[in-house]
Amino acid sequence: MAKFGKKKKGLPAVNTAALPDIVFMLLFFFMVTTTMRETDLRIDAPRLPSATEIKKLEDKSLVSTIYVGKSKDPEKHGIGYNKIQLNDKISSADQVPNFIFSKREKLAEAMHPFMTTSIKADKESNVGTITDIRLKLRDVNALKVSYSTQKGSNN
Amino acid sequence: MARRENPEINAGSMADIAFLLLIFFLVTTTMNVDSGISKKLSEKPPADYVPPIIKEKNIFEVVINRNNDLLVEDERVQINQLKDLAVQFIDNGGGLGKPGEDGTPGKPCDYCQGSRSESSSDHPNKAIISVQSDRGTNYGTYIQVQNELLRAYTELRNRLSKQRYGVSFDELEQSFKDAKKSADLKDRVEELRKKVEAIKIAYPQIISDAEPTS
Repeated sequence: MAKFGKKKKGLPAVNTAALPDIVFMLLFFFMVTTTMRETDLRIDAPRLPSATEIKKLEDKSLVSTIYVGKSKDPEKHGIGYNKIQLNDKISSADQVPNFIFSKREKLAEAMHPFMTTSIKADKESNVGTITDIRLKLRDVNALKVSYSTQKGSNN
Repeated sequence: MARRENPEINAGSMADIAFLLLIFFLVTTTMNVDSGISKKLSEKPPADYVPPIIKEKNIFEVVINRNNDLLVEDERVQINQLKDLAVQFIDNGGGLGKPGEDGTPGKPCDYCQGSRSESSSDHPNKAIISVQSDRGTNYGTYIQVQNELLRAYTELRNRLSKQRYGVSFDELEQSFKDAKKSADLKDRVEELRKKVEAIKIAYPQIISDAEPTS
């Protein structure tokens, strides 16, 4: 009896020793599921128009994205909301076929007709720019196109 | 000797560090928008392509000018009137449809509820909506117009699907998608596919983008 000291410490109601473990698990979850954006935007984030009749893009690996909007660096690239960004630099509509070919090289031949091109354009862009892109896509037979929009009713 | 762990490093702030990192990731995760209006572009016509002759009544002209004004069949309209005008045009059913692929002659539309006027479209599968914009038109307006036209089609498809199958077309498509994914609904996949195809063939989305004026 003398050997055992009376335990003065109050028993904690909930054992919080595992709290850091839980937090680390959540952290790892977020580290794993965060989508790494492949390209840095050289244009200001495009304000997408809203629409109601939208479809979700099924397979991210088959999607190539073309950004259209205002350049972050107006002195170098000019003003206006019609700068086209392919991969990671600002280019023009003529480069679209090469862009599509480079994306196609990474995929099997059988998947080519399932590739979709997503056009993320600012709502202030001109239809002329979009039409140029669309005609170039048609030239290289990249026929599945999705105009990125947010879900919503008329703005 | 009691092997009680004598912590030399105070690990009490480990939880704080973990929380900080967690909040960092919560804040910087970008939600990528991955939805939009999907379109299938038509193939590039060969150099010697002769466009087929189409009766003017089967074409519904929508013109958007540089000031984002709408001109529908030569009349100025507001964007919120576009859907109803499109529905009237597609659903008119004033004549015979396209001949079938196996050579059967075109049939009149038996599911149309339009006014069957002679001056509007013959049949939904002949009804072409043509969108003509200007190079300087606002992209936001263009998307709004496309959205309104697609709304017209979904309204007609939903109505027909309710008539024929008792569910709206959206529900039909959704159950088709679910059936494809789940294992125990495999036998319904074919049946649902046929239904979805039938509705799509009844009201095909024929929206043509014309060369923009500069």
